[in-house]
Amino acid sequence: MDTTLLVIQGLNGLQLGLLLFLVASGLTLVFGILDFVNLAHGSLYMVGAFICASLTFYFDSFLIALVVSLPLIGIFGYLFEIVVARKLYERDHLDHVLGTFGAILVIDTVAHIIWGANGISVPLPDYLEGQVSLTSDIQIPVFRLLIIAAGLASAALLFWMVNYTRLGMLIRAGASNRTMVSALGVDIKTLFSLVFAMGAVLAGLAGMLIAPITEASLGMGNNIIITAFVVIIVGGIGSMKGAFIAALIIGVIDTLGRAFLDDIFALFMSSEAAENSAPAISSMLIYLLMASVLYFKPAGLFPPKVR
Amino acid sequence: MKKLTAAVAIATSMMAGFSIADTVKIGYVTTLTTPAAIIGQDMQNGVNLAMKHLGGKAGSHDLEVIFADDGFAPDTGKQVTDRLVKQDNVDIVAGYIWSHVLLASRKSVLDNDKFLIISNAGPSPAAGKLCHEDQFSVGVQNDLGPMAMGDQMNAAGVKKLYIMAPNYAAGKDMVKGVERTFKGEIVGKDLTKWGKDAQLDFSAELAKAKASGAEAIWVFYPGAAAGAFIKQYQQAGLSESMPLYTSFTIDAISLPKLQAAGFTAALGSQTTQIWDPTIDTAENKKFVADFRAEYGHYPSYYGAQAYDTIKAIAAAVEAADGAKDRDAFRAAFKSVNYDSVRGEYSYGNNNFPIQNLYLREFVEGSDGIWTSKIVGTVYEPGQDTYASQCKLK
Repeated sequence: MDTTLLVIQGLNGLQLGLLLFLVASGLTLVFGILDFVNLAHGSLYMVGAFICASLTFYFDSFLIALVVSLPLIGIFGYLFEIVVARKLYERDHLDHVLGTFGAILVIDTVAHIIWGANGISVPLPDYLEGQVSLTSDIQIPVFRLLIIAAGLASAALLFWMVNYTRLGMLIRAGASNRTMVSALGVDIKTLFSLVFAMGAVLAGLAGMLIAPITEASLGMGNNIIITAFVVIIVGGIGSMKGAFIAALIIGVIDTLGRAFLDDIFALFMSSEAAENSAPAISSMLIYLLMASVLYFKPAGLFPPKVR
Repeated sequence: MKKLTAAVAIATSMMAGFSIADTVKIGYVTTLTTPAAIIGQDMQNGVNLAMKHLGGKAGSHDLEVIFADDGFAPDTGKQVTDRLVKQDNVDIVAGYIWSHVLLASRKSVLDNDKFLIISNAGPSPAAGKLCHEDQFSVGVQNDLGPMAMGDQMNAAGVKKLYIMAPNYAAGKDMVKGVERTFKGEIVGKDLTKWGKDAQLDFSAELAKAKASGAEAIWVFYPGAAAGAFIKQYQQAGLSESMPLYTSFTIDAISLPKLQAAGFTAALGSQTTQIWDPTIDTAENKKFVADFRAEYGHYPSYYGAQAYDTIKAIAAAVEAADGAKDRDAFRAAFKSVNYDSVRGEYSYGNNNFPIQNLYLREFVEGSDGIWTSKIVGTVYEPGQDTYASQCKLK
């Protein structure tokens, strides 16, 4: 029975980790390549969720809405780069933080005006609503499997793109030495816009995938952005591989902590003390991990070999 | 010199005369940003409707309401409370959805000799050791609803129960409430992260619940978390095997969204509360009808409590001729001389209501809109268990 639960919780952790990766990959691309701190990355996640939620009711189908929303959020990211981010690249990090924090407030308020404070529940088609039995004991909601599949597929696509395409080569080159890349005649502005739009699509996809589980709601991006920053710091800023592995580690640690910490604590303290301390400690686990990574490897687990 | 004295005397009497019909300022603290703004909006609607029904007046006094946003965080809540008390110099601070926000803010109100009228939050300390003669609740102490729920689950023959609630003051009170009355075995319990970055994905907890062999699950997830929980509960396939009992979770705020998305797991589930839109009094019918006409949906108990808060304040202001004569205001407030939408209630020594708790079931209304109806009365009336710890008489 316990191994069954462990497998289920492992899958839940994997799902959380992959969602985190979708958000963190865009963040690490933008941070690593553009050297730009984008606090508003979480807003792209929220806008993606809201667009997809509205379109789900318009098309009466979640999957069509998802497919249509992806380019829309890409365009949104592209425009955001041109209107807001581009003006800030030359400034220092504090200005990035101030500028994008302002952008969060603006986007949140506009979203409040358009979609209201209520949030939107996203209905799923019946075939995504049920359960699959992996073994006789292990059942998992179909939609969570879909999230895992979509997360793995995006990760694979991203790795292929970064490592085996011309665009990917330019991205890696841009991450290593921006000035040199533009000196070689590459249109660095367009490249940056594309990278930004790609980050927006990934973050938006994560928002679209989580919306049917929780809902599209104001400020949802601000919750995940902190964890996404933890992921890229643990993984090494600018490293795609680092983001992937760190996201999975953090997803699994967070889920298993929530699931089993009170039972583990109960082994060596009273059950009441375990009950009270476990939630507090489990919400600290990922920060403890980050602190210890920063202590032993200040550049993160997989720092990119650059600069 | 005589002239001057006369002038001062006239001026003073004019000012005194002015002060009789002065404006009574009410600061109203609720949540207007973050996903929890959905609750704050319902309360704001309730307050505005009450002001409209009163014509903005309480007897000869004008009422003025200043809204403030607690940002769903205790520190922000205390800040805006301080601002209302010191800068806006209000007479009364009212509102508060969240127990942790209230506990952080109450001292700022009471230490500055303002009245504190709580619409919703009901943390156990406020009803017990931290009770205060200037502090009144128009809602219900946190433990009481879940205690009624525990009794109800005993009656329904539940022997093994799984419990989930957010990890903050009210969540802990509610869990204590269920544990106090539930007689069966509690096979598992999760307190999840709460606040601005609350946990909304309950996959790990629901998997534990499923594996625990519980016969029923009780949860407390107010506001936006409610929709998220119900959906995942249904997606996890628990609606057949593990009936859902809730406290302050499914309400007029989450029902429209759940209906739009077709989450039928909400229907048929039960909760215990002090108010329901079907309570058969003239006041309540008017409130529900006007609220629906004005805002296009059913009010939740948050809206009802906010409406009652303003009506109760207005009645006390009228009876005490303002809020300056503190003894008169206290006595007037404690006597409950207005028609509450929940029907009659009285105050215990701790200034928390002694009132009926109804068993509500969520159903599809005759017009096809999901709402609730009363299927029984659990406590007639009920009082919280902390009143004995309060030193007030």
